[in-house]
Amino acid sequence: MAAIASRPLLLIRPAVLPGFGLSLGVSSFFITLIILFPVSALFAYSAELSLAQYWQAVTDPRVLASYRVTVSAALYATLASVLIGLLLAWVTVRYDFPGRRLLDTLIDLPFALPTAVAGLTLSVLLAPSGWVGQWFDAVGIKIAYAYPGIVIAMTFTSLPFVVRTLQPVLQDFAKEVEEAARTLGASRTQIFWRVILPTLIPALVTGGAQSFIRSLGEFGAVVMIAGNIPFRTEVSSLMIFVRLQEFEYPAAAAIATVILLTSLLLMFALYVLQGRVLRWQRSAG
Amino acid sequence: MKRPQQWHQWALIGLGVGVAVLLLVLPLVLIFTRALSGGWELLAANLSEGFMQHALGLTLLVAVLTVPVNMIFGIALAWCVTQYQFRGRRLLTTLIDIPFATSPVVAGMCYLVVYGMEGLLGQWLSSRDIQIIFAWPGIVLVTIFITSPYVARILIPLMQTHGNDEEHVALTLGANGWQIFWRVTLPKIKWALLNGVVTTNARAVGEFGSVAVVSGTIMNQTLTLPLLVEQLNNDYKVAAAFTAAALLACMALLSLLLKSFMEWRQERLEALALGG
Repeated sequence: MAAIASRPLLLIRPAVLPGFGLSLGVSSFFITLIILFPVSALFAYSAELSLAQYWQAVTDPRVLASYRVTVSAALYATLASVLIGLLLAWVTVRYDFPGRRLLDTLIDLPFALPTAVAGLTLSVLLAPSGWVGQWFDAVGIKIAYAYPGIVIAMTFTSLPFVVRTLQPVLQDFAKEVEEAARTLGASRTQIFWRVILPTLIPALVTGGAQSFIRSLGEFGAVVMIAGNIPFRTEVSSLMIFVRLQEFEYPAAAAIATVILLTSLLLMFALYVLQGRVLRWQRSAG
Repeated sequence: MKRPQQWHQWALIGLGVGVAVLLLVLPLVLIFTRALSGGWELLAANLSEGFMQHALGLTLLVAVLTVPVNMIFGIALAWCVTQYQFRGRRLLTTLIDIPFATSPVVAGMCYLVVYGMEGLLGQWLSSRDIQIIFAWPGIVLVTIFITSPYVARILIPLMQTHGNDEEHVALTLGANGWQIFWRVTLPKIKWALLNGVVTTNARAVGEFGSVAVVSGTIMNQTLTLPLLVEQLNNDYKVAAAFTAAALLACMALLSLLLKSFMEWRQERLEALALGG
Protein backbone atom coordinates (compact mmCIF):
# COMPACT_ATOMS: atom_id res chain seq x y z
CA MET A 1 0.00 0.00 0.00
CA ALA A 2 2.93 2.29 0.65
CA ALA A 3 3.84 1.96 -3.02
CA ILE A 4 0.53 3.52 -4.05
CA ALA A 5 1.00 6.45 -1.77
CA SER A 6 4.61 7.11 -2.73
CA ARG A 7 4.25 6.62 -6.49
CA PRO A 8 0.86 7.93 -7.51
CA LEU A 9 2.25 9.36 -10.75
CA LEU A 10 3.74 6.16 -12.15
CA LEU A 11 1.04 3.60 -11.48
CA ILE A 12 -1.82 3.50 -13.95
CA ARG A 13 -3.75 0.97 -11.92
CA PRO A 14 -3.19 0.63 -8.15
CA ALA A 15 -0.68 -2.10 -7.31
CA VAL A 16 -2.40 -5.04 -5.68
CA LEU A 17 0.70 -7.11 -5.04
CA PRO A 18 3.48 -5.79 -2.82
CA GLY A 19 6.98 -5.25 -4.17
CA PHE A 20 6.40 -2.59 -6.81
CA GLY A 21 8.89 -0.15 -5.34
CA LEU A 22 11.55 -2.79 -4.80
CA SER A 23 11.32 -4.46 -8.22
CA LEU A 24 11.08 -1.16 -10.09
CA GLY A 25 13.93 0.25 -8.02
CA VAL A 26 16.26 -2.69 -8.68
CA SER A 27 15.43 -2.77 -12.41
CA SER A 28 15.81 0.96 -12.98
CA PHE A 29 19.01 1.13 -10.94
CA PHE A 30 20.52 -1.74 -12.91
CA ILE A 31 19.41 -0.44 -16.33
CA THR A 32 20.77 3.02 -15.52
CA LEU A 33 24.10 1.84 -14.17
CA ILE A 34 24.86 -1.07 -16.52
CA ILE A 35 23.19 0.01 -19.77
CA LEU A 36 22.32 3.72 -19.96
CA PHE A 37 25.35 5.22 -18.23
CA PRO A 38 28.07 3.53 -20.37
CA VAL A 39 26.09 4.02 -23.60
CA SER A 40 25.60 7.73 -22.97
CA ALA A 41 29.22 8.02 -21.87
CA LEU A 42 30.25 6.88 -25.35
CA PHE A 43 28.27 9.71 -26.93
CA ALA A 44 29.60 12.20 -24.39
CA TYR A 45 33.16 11.09 -25.08
CA SER A 46 32.84 11.38 -28.85
CA ALA A 47 31.17 14.79 -28.43
CA GLU A 48 34.55 16.11 -27.29
CA LEU A 49 35.66 15.91 -30.92
CA SER A 50 34.92 18.90 -33.11
CA LEU A 51 32.44 18.27 -35.90
CA ALA A 52 35.21 18.30 -38.51
CA GLN A 53 37.33 15.81 -36.52
CA TYR A 54 34.31 13.57 -35.99
CA TRP A 55 33.46 13.68 -39.67
CA GLN A 56 37.05 12.88 -40.61
CA ALA A 57 37.13 9.90 -38.22
CA VAL A 58 33.91 8.34 -39.47
CA THR A 59 34.45 9.00 -43.20
CA ASP A 60 38.08 7.93 -43.47
CA PRO A 61 38.32 5.92 -46.76
CA ARG A 62 39.37 2.76 -44.93
CA VAL A 63 36.43 3.11 -42.53
CA LEU A 64 34.04 3.78 -45.42
CA ALA A 65 35.26 0.59 -47.09
CA SER A 66 34.59 -1.29 -43.85
CA TYR A 67 30.95 -0.04 -43.81
CA ARG A 68 30.49 -1.35 -47.36
CA VAL A 69 31.98 -4.75 -46.47
CA THR A 70 29.94 -5.07 -43.25
CA VAL A 71 26.57 -4.00 -44.66
CA SER A 72 26.80 -6.01 -47.89
CA ALA A 73 28.07 -9.16 -46.14
CA ALA A 74 25.34 -8.82 -43.50
CA LEU A 75 22.70 -8.54 -46.25
CA TYR A 76 23.93 -11.69 -48.00
CA ALA A 77 24.13 -13.50 -44.64
CA THR A 78 20.59 -12.44 -43.75
CA LEU A 79 19.29 -13.71 -47.08
CA ALA A 80 21.07 -17.02 -46.52
CA SER A 81 19.82 -17.41 -42.95
CA VAL A 82 16.23 -16.57 -44.02
CA LEU A 83 16.32 -19.29 -46.70
CA ILE A 84 18.08 -21.91 -44.55
CA GLY A 85 15.97 -20.91 -41.52
CA LEU A 86 12.74 -21.35 -43.50
CA LEU A 87 13.88 -24.80 -44.62
CA LEU A 88 14.93 -25.95 -41.14
CA ALA A 89 11.82 -24.55 -39.40
CA TRP A 90 9.58 -26.17 -42.02
CA VAL A 91 11.24 -29.56 -41.78
CA THR A 92 11.35 -29.67 -37.96
CA VAL A 93 7.73 -28.51 -37.49
CA ARG A 94 5.90 -30.29 -40.32
CA TYR A 95 7.49 -33.71 -40.46
CA ASP A 96 8.21 -36.43 -37.98
CA PHE A 97 11.44 -38.23 -38.84
CA PRO A 98 14.23 -39.97 -36.97
CA GLY A 99 16.66 -37.41 -35.56
CA ARG A 100 14.16 -34.54 -35.61
CA ARG A 101 14.64 -33.69 -31.92
CA LEU A 102 18.42 -33.81 -32.26
CA LEU A 103 18.25 -31.49 -35.26
CA ASP A 104 15.95 -29.14 -33.35
CA THR A 105 18.40 -29.01 -30.41
CA LEU A 106 21.44 -28.52 -32.67
CA ILE A 107 19.87 -25.45 -34.30
CA ASP A 108 20.77 -23.48 -31.14
CA LEU A 109 24.45 -24.45 -31.42
CA PRO A 110 25.50 -21.12 -32.97
CA PHE A 111 24.09 -19.31 -29.90
CA ALA A 112 25.81 -21.65 -27.44
CA LEU A 113 29.17 -22.02 -29.19
CA PRO A 114 31.55 -19.11 -28.45
CA THR A 115 31.99 -17.00 -31.57
CA ALA A 116 35.79 -17.29 -31.44
CA VAL A 117 35.46 -21.08 -31.57
CA ALA A 118 33.05 -20.81 -34.50
CA GLY A 119 35.45 -18.50 -36.33
CA LEU A 120 38.48 -20.72 -35.73
CA THR A 121 36.63 -23.86 -36.81
CA LEU A 122 35.03 -22.36 -39.91
CA SER A 123 38.35 -20.86 -41.00
CA VAL A 124 40.13 -24.23 -40.73
CA LEU A 125 37.20 -26.02 -42.41
CA LEU A 126 37.10 -23.57 -45.31
CA ALA A 127 40.85 -22.93 -45.72
CA PRO A 128 42.28 -24.09 -49.10
CA SER A 129 43.58 -27.24 -47.37
CA GLY A 130 40.46 -27.79 -45.22
CA TRP A 131 37.81 -30.50 -45.46
CA VAL A 132 35.39 -28.27 -47.34
CA GLY A 133 37.75 -25.57 -48.61
CA GLN A 134 39.76 -27.95 -50.82
CA TRP A 135 36.73 -28.55 -53.08
CA PHE A 136 36.34 -24.84 -53.63
CA ASP A 137 40.09 -24.36 -53.98
CA ALA A 138 40.07 -26.89 -56.82
CA VAL A 139 37.77 -24.62 -58.82
CA GLY A 140 39.66 -21.50 -57.76
CA ILE A 141 37.25 -20.12 -55.16
CA LYS A 142 38.74 -18.72 -51.98
CA ILE A 143 36.41 -18.72 -48.97
CA ALA A 144 38.44 -18.47 -45.76
CA TYR A 145 40.54 -15.31 -45.42
CA ALA A 146 38.34 -13.66 -48.07
CA TYR A 147 34.94 -11.99 -48.43
CA PRO A 148 32.84 -15.21 -48.70
CA GLY A 149 34.26 -16.29 -45.33
CA ILE A 150 32.74 -13.20 -43.69
CA VAL A 151 29.32 -14.03 -45.15
CA ILE A 152 29.53 -17.65 -43.95
CA ALA A 153 30.64 -16.66 -40.44
CA MET A 154 27.75 -14.16 -40.20
CA THR A 155 25.28 -16.76 -41.52
CA PHE A 156 26.43 -19.28 -38.94
CA THR A 157 26.17 -16.95 -35.94
CA SER A 158 22.73 -15.58 -36.91
CA LEU A 159 21.12 -18.81 -38.13
CA PRO A 160 18.91 -19.60 -35.07
CA PHE A 161 17.00 -16.27 -35.14
CA VAL A 162 14.84 -17.05 -38.20
CA VAL A 163 14.23 -20.67 -37.21
CA ARG A 164 13.16 -19.76 -33.68
CA THR A 165 10.77 -16.97 -34.77
CA LEU A 166 9.22 -19.12 -37.52
CA GLN A 167 8.67 -22.35 -35.59
CA PRO A 168 5.85 -21.16 -33.27
CA VAL A 169 4.00 -19.51 -36.18
CA LEU A 170 4.24 -22.68 -38.28
CA GLN A 171 3.06 -24.73 -35.30
CA ASP A 172 -0.01 -22.55 -34.80
CA PHE A 173 -0.85 -22.50 -38.49
CA ALA A 174 -4.35 -23.90 -38.83
CA LYS A 175 -4.42 -27.10 -40.84
CA GLU A 176 -8.05 -26.37 -41.76
CA VAL A 177 -7.06 -23.34 -43.82
CA GLU A 178 -4.63 -25.45 -45.80
CA GLU A 179 -7.20 -28.19 -46.28
CA ALA A 180 -9.84 -25.68 -47.33
CA ALA A 181 -7.44 -24.35 -49.98
CA ARG A 182 -6.83 -27.89 -51.19
CA THR A 183 -10.53 -28.72 -51.47
CA LEU A 184 -10.97 -25.51 -53.43
CA GLY A 185 -8.53 -26.94 -55.94
CA ALA A 186 -5.30 -25.11 -55.09
CA SER A 187 -2.08 -26.89 -56.05
CA ARG A 188 0.70 -27.49 -53.51
CA THR A 189 2.83 -24.63 -54.80
CA GLN A 190 -0.20 -22.31 -54.81
CA ILE A 191 -0.96 -23.24 -51.19
CA PHE A 192 2.61 -22.47 -50.17
CA TRP A 193 2.91 -19.14 -51.97
CA ARG A 194 -0.64 -17.83 -51.47
CA VAL A 195 -1.77 -19.34 -48.15
CA ILE A 196 1.20 -20.28 -45.98
CA LEU A 197 3.92 -17.78 -46.91
CA PRO A 198 1.81 -14.62 -46.29
CA THR A 199 1.17 -15.68 -42.70
CA LEU A 200 4.90 -16.26 -42.21
CA ILE A 201 5.99 -12.82 -43.42
CA PRO A 202 5.86 -11.00 -40.04
CA ALA A 203 7.97 -13.73 -38.42
CA LEU A 204 10.34 -13.76 -41.40
CA VAL A 205 10.79 -9.98 -41.13
CA THR A 206 11.40 -10.16 -37.36
CA GLY A 207 13.86 -13.05 -37.63
CA GLY A 208 15.57 -11.52 -40.65
CA ALA A 209 15.96 -8.15 -38.93
CA GLN A 210 17.42 -9.80 -35.83
CA SER A 211 19.86 -11.73 -38.04
CA PHE A 212 20.85 -8.54 -39.84
CA ILE A 213 21.45 -6.59 -36.60
CA ARG A 214 23.46 -9.48 -35.19
CA SER A 215 25.51 -9.82 -38.39
CA LEU A 216 26.32 -6.10 -38.45
CA GLY A 217 27.85 -6.38 -34.98
CA GLU A 218 29.42 -9.82 -35.25
CA PHE A 219 33.10 -9.74 -34.39
CA GLY A 220 34.62 -12.93 -32.94
CA ALA A 221 33.66 -15.28 -35.74
CA VAL A 222 34.34 -12.74 -38.48
CA VAL A 223 37.83 -11.56 -37.51
CA MET A 224 39.14 -15.11 -37.35
CA ILE A 225 38.01 -15.98 -40.87
CA ALA A 226 38.11 -12.65 -42.74
CA GLY A 227 41.86 -12.30 -43.24
CA ASN A 228 41.35 -8.61 -42.32
CA ILE A 229 42.87 -7.04 -45.43
CA PRO A 230 42.45 -3.23 -45.32
CA PHE A 231 39.82 -1.90 -47.75
CA ARG A 232 38.70 -5.43 -48.69
CA THR A 233 37.85 -7.67 -45.75
CA GLU A 234 37.83 -5.41 -42.70
CA VAL A 235 34.49 -5.08 -40.89
CA SER A 236 33.50 -1.93 -38.99
CA SER A 237 33.85 -3.50 -35.52
CA LEU A 238 37.44 -4.32 -36.40
CA MET A 239 38.09 -0.67 -37.34
CA ILE A 240 37.33 0.29 -33.72
CA PHE A 241 40.02 -2.17 -32.70
CA VAL A 242 42.51 -0.88 -35.24
CA ARG A 243 42.02 2.70 -33.98
CA LEU A 244 42.43 1.54 -30.36
CA GLN A 245 45.72 -0.12 -31.22
CA GLU A 246 46.87 3.15 -32.80
CA PHE A 247 45.87 4.86 -29.50
CA GLU A 248 43.33 6.94 -31.45
CA TYR A 249 40.69 6.61 -28.73
CA PRO A 250 38.42 9.48 -29.89
CA ALA A 251 38.40 8.13 -33.47
CA ALA A 252 37.55 4.66 -32.15
CA ALA A 253 34.70 6.13 -30.10
CA ALA A 254 33.43 8.07 -33.11
CA ILE A 255 33.24 4.90 -35.25
CA ALA A 256 31.55 3.12 -32.34
CA THR A 257 28.80 5.78 -32.20
CA VAL A 258 28.06 5.26 -35.91
CA ILE A 259 27.68 1.50 -35.44
CA LEU A 260 25.67 1.91 -32.23
CA LEU A 261 23.27 4.48 -33.73
CA THR A 262 22.72 2.31 -36.80
CA SER A 263 21.81 -0.78 -34.80
CA LEU A 264 19.63 1.16 -32.32
CA LEU A 265 17.73 2.79 -35.20
CA LEU A 266 17.21 -0.62 -36.81
CA MET A 267 15.95 -2.01 -33.51
CA PHE A 268 13.42 0.81 -33.05
CA ALA A 269 12.33 0.53 -36.70
CA LEU A 270 11.67 -3.16 -36.08
CA TYR A 271 9.53 -2.33 -33.00
CA VAL A 272 7.45 0.17 -34.97
CA LEU A 273 7.03 -2.34 -37.79
CA GLN A 274 6.07 -5.10 -35.37
CA GLY A 275 3.45 -2.83 -33.79
CA ARG A 276 1.96 -2.13 -37.23
CA VAL A 277 2.05 -5.74 -38.35
CA LEU A 278 0.46 -6.98 -35.13
CA ARG A 279 -2.36 -4.44 -35.46
CA TRP A 280 -2.82 -5.44 -39.11
CA GLN A 281 -2.99 -9.11 -38.16
CA ARG A 282 -5.46 -8.48 -35.36
CA SER A 283 -7.79 -6.52 -37.62
CA ALA A 284 -7.51 -9.21 -40.29
CA GLY A 285 -8.15 -12.01 -37.82
CA MET B 1 3.00 -33.31 -37.49
CA LYS B 2 3.07 -36.34 -39.74
CA ARG B 3 5.34 -39.02 -41.08
CA PRO B 4 6.57 -37.95 -44.50
CA GLN B 5 5.06 -40.06 -47.27
CA GLN B 6 6.00 -38.65 -50.63
CA TRP B 7 9.46 -38.42 -52.17
CA HIS B 8 9.51 -34.64 -52.24
CA GLN B 9 8.91 -34.51 -48.49
CA TRP B 10 11.84 -36.83 -47.92
CA ALA B 11 13.87 -34.68 -50.31
CA LEU B 12 13.12 -31.57 -48.23
CA ILE B 13 14.11 -33.37 -45.03
CA GLY B 14 17.27 -34.62 -46.72
CA LEU B 15 18.14 -31.10 -47.82
CA GLY B 16 17.51 -29.70 -44.31
CA VAL B 17 19.55 -32.40 -42.62
CA GLY B 18 22.30 -31.99 -45.23
CA VAL B 19 22.58 -28.26 -44.59
CA ALA B 20 22.58 -28.85 -40.82
CA VAL B 21 25.32 -31.47 -41.10
CA LEU B 22 27.45 -29.19 -43.25
CA LEU B 23 26.95 -26.06 -41.12
CA LEU B 24 26.57 -27.45 -37.59
CA VAL B 25 27.81 -31.04 -37.27
CA LEU B 26 30.93 -30.85 -39.43
CA PRO B 27 32.44 -27.94 -37.42
CA LEU B 28 31.84 -29.88 -34.18
CA VAL B 29 33.49 -33.00 -35.61
CA LEU B 30 36.43 -30.89 -36.77
CA ILE B 31 36.94 -29.34 -33.31
CA PHE B 32 37.20 -32.70 -31.57
CA THR B 33 39.25 -34.33 -34.36
CA ARG B 34 41.79 -31.52 -34.26
CA ALA B 35 41.91 -31.46 -30.45
CA LEU B 36 42.63 -35.19 -30.44
CA SER B 37 44.95 -35.19 -33.48
CA GLY B 38 48.02 -35.47 -31.25
CA GLY B 39 46.54 -38.24 -29.12
CA TRP B 40 45.18 -38.17 -25.59
CA GLU B 41 48.58 -37.50 -24.00
CA LEU B 42 49.11 -34.30 -25.95
CA LEU B 43 45.55 -33.25 -25.12
CA ALA B 44 46.21 -33.82 -21.42
CA ALA B 45 49.53 -31.95 -21.67
CA ASN B 46 47.83 -29.02 -23.41
CA LEU B 47 45.06 -28.98 -20.81
CA SER B 48 47.49 -28.93 -17.89
CA GLU B 49 49.46 -25.95 -19.25
CA GLY B 50 49.49 -23.09 -16.76
CA PHE B 51 48.00 -20.56 -19.16
CA MET B 52 45.16 -22.94 -20.05
CA GLN B 53 44.29 -23.54 -16.39
CA HIS B 54 44.44 -19.83 -15.68
CA ALA B 55 42.17 -18.97 -18.61
CA LEU B 56 39.68 -21.64 -17.52
CA GLY B 57 39.70 -20.32 -13.95
CA LEU B 58 39.18 -16.72 -15.08
CA THR B 59 36.36 -17.73 -17.45
CA LEU B 60 34.56 -19.59 -14.65
CA LEU B 61 35.08 -16.66 -12.25
CA VAL B 62 33.48 -14.28 -14.75
CA ALA B 63 30.51 -16.63 -15.21
CA VAL B 64 30.08 -17.18 -11.46
CA LEU B 65 29.97 -13.43 -10.82
CA THR B 66 27.82 -12.56 -13.85
CA VAL B 67 25.05 -15.14 -13.60
CA PRO B 68 23.65 -14.30 -10.10
CA VAL B 69 23.64 -10.55 -10.82
CA ASN B 70 21.70 -10.99 -14.04
CA MET B 71 19.41 -13.56 -12.47
CA ILE B 72 18.33 -11.16 -9.71
CA PHE B 73 17.97 -8.29 -12.16
CA GLY B 74 16.03 -10.46 -14.63
CA ILE B 75 13.57 -11.62 -11.99
CA ALA B 76 13.08 -8.09 -10.65
CA LEU B 77 12.44 -6.68 -14.12
CA ALA B 78 10.12 -9.52 -15.18
CA TRP B 79 8.15 -9.21 -11.92
CA CYS B 80 7.91 -5.44 -12.27
CA VAL B 81 6.66 -5.35 -15.87
CA THR B 82 4.25 -8.29 -15.59
CA GLN B 83 2.58 -7.66 -12.21
CA TYR B 84 1.93 -3.90 -12.39
CA GLN B 85 0.48 -1.38 -14.81
CA PHE B 86 2.63 1.73 -14.68
CA ARG B 87 3.93 4.53 -16.87
CA GLY B 88 7.29 3.68 -18.41
CA ARG B 89 6.61 -0.05 -18.57
CA ARG B 90 7.17 -0.24 -22.33
CA LEU B 91 10.24 1.94 -22.00
CA LEU B 92 11.82 -0.53 -19.55
CA THR B 93 11.17 -3.50 -21.86
CA THR B 94 12.66 -1.54 -24.77
CA LEU B 95 15.77 -0.42 -22.89
CA ILE B 96 16.57 -3.98 -21.87
CA ASP B 97 16.93 -4.89 -25.57
CA ILE B 98 19.79 -2.40 -26.08
CA PRO B 99 22.51 -4.98 -25.28
CA PHE B 100 21.02 -7.30 -27.94
CA ALA B 101 21.38 -4.60 -30.58
CA THR B 102 24.82 -3.40 -29.45
CA SER B 103 27.85 -4.85 -31.20
CA PRO B 104 30.14 -6.47 -28.59
CA VAL B 105 33.09 -4.29 -29.59
CA VAL B 106 30.95 -1.17 -29.18
CA ALA B 107 29.88 -2.43 -25.73
CA GLY B 108 33.54 -2.81 -24.78
CA MET B 109 34.21 0.69 -26.09
CA CYS B 110 31.38 2.12 -23.92
CA TYR B 111 32.99 0.67 -20.80
CA LEU B 112 36.45 1.74 -21.89
CA VAL B 113 35.41 5.41 -22.07
CA VAL B 114 33.86 5.22 -18.59
CA TYR B 115 36.48 3.28 -16.65
CA GLY B 116 39.61 3.59 -18.82
CA MET B 117 42.50 5.94 -18.07
CA GLU B 118 41.21 8.50 -20.56
CA GLY B 119 37.65 7.96 -19.43
CA LEU B 120 35.23 9.74 -17.13
CA LEU B 121 36.06 7.84 -13.94
CA GLY B 122 39.49 6.47 -14.91
CA GLN B 123 41.65 9.14 -13.22
CA TRP B 124 39.62 9.06 -10.03
CA LEU B 125 39.74 5.26 -9.86
CA SER B 126 43.46 5.00 -10.56
CA SER B 127 44.23 7.61 -7.86
CA ARG B 128 42.60 5.13 -5.48
CA ASP B 129 44.49 2.18 -6.99
CA ILE B 130 41.37 0.57 -8.37
CA GLN B 131 41.96 -1.02 -11.75
CA ILE B 132 38.93 -2.00 -13.79
CA ILE B 133 40.06 -1.82 -17.41
CA PHE B 134 42.77 -4.35 -18.41
CA ALA B 135 41.80 -6.36 -15.29
CA TRP B 136 39.12 -8.86 -14.35
CA PRO B 137 36.52 -6.39 -12.99
CA GLY B 138 36.24 -4.81 -16.46
CA ILE B 139 35.71 -8.25 -18.02
CA VAL B 140 32.95 -8.99 -15.51
CA LEU B 141 31.25 -5.62 -16.12
CA VAL B 142 31.08 -5.95 -19.92
CA THR B 143 29.92 -9.54 -19.60
CA ILE B 144 27.09 -8.42 -17.30
CA PHE B 145 26.13 -5.83 -19.91
CA ILE B 146 26.16 -8.29 -22.82
CA THR B 147 24.20 -11.03 -21.01
CA SER B 148 21.73 -8.81 -19.11
CA PRO B 149 18.62 -9.34 -21.30
CA TYR B 150 18.44 -13.16 -21.36
CA VAL B 151 16.73 -14.04 -18.04
CA ALA B 152 14.21 -11.19 -18.35
CA ARG B 153 13.50 -11.97 -22.01
CA ILE B 154 12.75 -15.62 -21.24
CA LEU B 155 10.63 -14.87 -18.13
CA ILE B 156 8.50 -11.95 -19.36
CA PRO B 157 6.38 -13.72 -22.05
CA LEU B 158 5.86 -16.72 -19.74
CA MET B 159 4.75 -14.60 -16.76
CA GLN B 160 2.48 -12.59 -19.05
CA THR B 161 0.60 -15.71 -20.16
CA HIS B 162 0.34 -16.91 -16.55
CA GLY B 163 -1.36 -13.69 -15.41
CA ASN B 164 -1.46 -12.95 -11.66
CA ASP B 165 -4.71 -14.46 -10.41
CA GLU B 166 -2.98 -17.03 -8.24
CA GLU B 167 -0.75 -14.34 -6.72
CA HIS B 168 -3.84 -12.31 -5.85
CA VAL B 169 -5.48 -15.31 -4.23
CA ALA B 170 -2.35 -15.89 -2.15
CA LEU B 171 -2.46 -12.24 -1.07
CA THR B 172 -6.08 -12.47 0.11
CA LEU B 173 -5.12 -15.61 2.03
CA GLY B 174 -2.62 -13.50 3.95
CA ALA B 175 0.70 -14.27 2.26
CA ASN B 176 3.30 -11.51 2.15
CA GLY B 177 5.28 -10.50 -0.94
CA TRP B 178 8.22 -12.85 -0.43
CA GLN B 179 5.95 -15.78 0.37
CA ILE B 180 3.99 -15.12 -2.83
CA PHE B 181 7.19 -15.07 -4.86
CA TRP B 182 8.79 -18.18 -3.33
CA ARG B 183 5.68 -20.35 -3.00
CA VAL B 184 3.41 -19.25 -5.87
CA THR B 185 5.37 -17.57 -8.67
CA LEU B 186 8.72 -19.35 -8.52
CA PRO B 187 7.34 -22.91 -8.80
CA LYS B 188 5.51 -21.87 -11.97
CA ILE B 189 8.58 -20.41 -13.66
CA LYS B 190 11.46 -22.42 -12.20
CA TRP B 191 12.41 -24.37 -15.34
CA ALA B 192 12.24 -21.26 -17.51
CA LEU B 193 14.38 -19.43 -14.96
CA LEU B 194 16.98 -22.21 -15.01
CA ASN B 195 16.88 -22.09 -18.80
CA GLY B 196 17.63 -18.37 -18.60
CA VAL B 197 20.49 -19.04 -16.21
CA VAL B 198 22.01 -21.63 -18.56
CA THR B 199 21.67 -19.27 -21.53
CA THR B 200 23.27 -16.42 -19.56
CA ASN B 201 26.07 -18.70 -18.47
CA ALA B 202 26.76 -19.95 -22.00
CA ARG B 203 26.97 -16.40 -23.34
CA ALA B 204 29.12 -15.28 -20.39
CA VAL B 205 31.61 -18.08 -20.95
CA GLY B 206 31.86 -17.44 -24.69
CA GLU B 207 31.86 -13.64 -24.84
CA PHE B 208 34.64 -12.37 -27.07
CA GLY B 209 34.35 -8.93 -28.70
CA SER B 210 33.59 -6.80 -25.66
CA VAL B 211 36.03 -8.69 -23.46
CA ALA B 212 38.75 -8.29 -26.10
CA VAL B 213 38.43 -4.48 -25.82
CA VAL B 214 38.64 -4.21 -22.04
CA SER B 215 40.95 -7.13 -21.26
CA GLY B 216 44.23 -5.95 -22.75
CA THR B 217 44.92 -9.66 -23.47
CA ILE B 218 47.63 -10.19 -20.90
CA MET B 219 48.75 -13.83 -20.74
CA ASN B 220 48.08 -15.48 -17.36
CA GLN B 221 46.21 -12.37 -16.20
CA THR B 222 43.30 -11.26 -18.33
CA LEU B 223 42.95 -14.00 -20.98
CA THR B 224 39.61 -15.78 -20.90
CA LEU B 225 39.25 -19.04 -22.84
CA PRO B 226 37.73 -17.44 -25.99
CA LEU B 227 40.54 -14.86 -26.05
CA LEU B 228 43.07 -17.64 -25.55
CA VAL B 229 41.67 -19.46 -28.60
CA GLU B 230 42.37 -16.41 -30.74
CA GLN B 231 45.74 -15.69 -29.16
CA LEU B 232 47.01 -19.25 -29.67
CA ASN B 233 45.73 -19.28 -33.24
CA ASN B 234 47.55 -16.00 -33.96
CA ASP B 235 50.73 -17.56 -32.57
CA TYR B 236 50.26 -20.53 -34.95
CA LYS B 237 49.73 -22.89 -32.01
CA VAL B 238 46.71 -24.39 -33.73
CA ALA B 239 46.68 -27.66 -31.75
CA ALA B 240 46.58 -25.81 -28.42
CA ALA B 241 43.96 -23.43 -29.84
CA PHE B 242 41.76 -26.41 -30.68
CA THR B 243 42.24 -27.81 -27.18
CA ALA B 244 40.78 -24.62 -25.71
CA ALA B 245 38.12 -24.65 -28.43
CA ALA B 246 37.16 -28.25 -27.56
CA LEU B 247 36.84 -27.30 -23.90
CA LEU B 248 34.46 -24.48 -24.85
CA ALA B 249 32.57 -26.72 -27.29
CA CYS B 250 32.00 -29.26 -24.49
CA MET B 251 30.50 -26.52 -22.31
CA ALA B 252 28.33 -25.37 -25.24
CA LEU B 253 27.04 -28.90 -25.86
CA LEU B 254 26.27 -29.32 -22.16
CA SER B 255 24.33 -26.03 -22.21
CA LEU B 256 22.35 -27.21 -25.24
CA LEU B 257 21.46 -30.48 -23.49
CA LEU B 258 20.41 -28.73 -20.27
CA LYS B 259 18.48 -26.14 -22.24
CA SER B 260 16.39 -28.62 -24.18
CA PHE B 261 15.76 -30.64 -21.01
CA MET B 262 14.53 -27.50 -19.20
CA GLU B 263 12.36 -26.40 -22.11
CA TRP B 264 10.78 -29.84 -22.07
CA ARG B 265 10.17 -29.66 -18.30
CA GLN B 266 8.65 -26.17 -18.55
CA GLU B 267 6.35 -27.33 -21.37
CA ARG B 268 5.23 -30.24 -19.22
CA LEU B 269 4.62 -27.86 -16.33
CA GLU B 270 2.45 -25.67 -18.59
CA ALA B 271 0.56 -28.72 -19.88
CA LEU B 272 -0.10 -29.87 -16.30
CA ALA B 273 -1.32 -26.40 -15.32
CA LEU B 274 -3.71 -26.35 -18.27
CA GLY B 275 -4.95 -29.88 -17.59
CA GLY B 276 -5.47 -29.20 -13.88
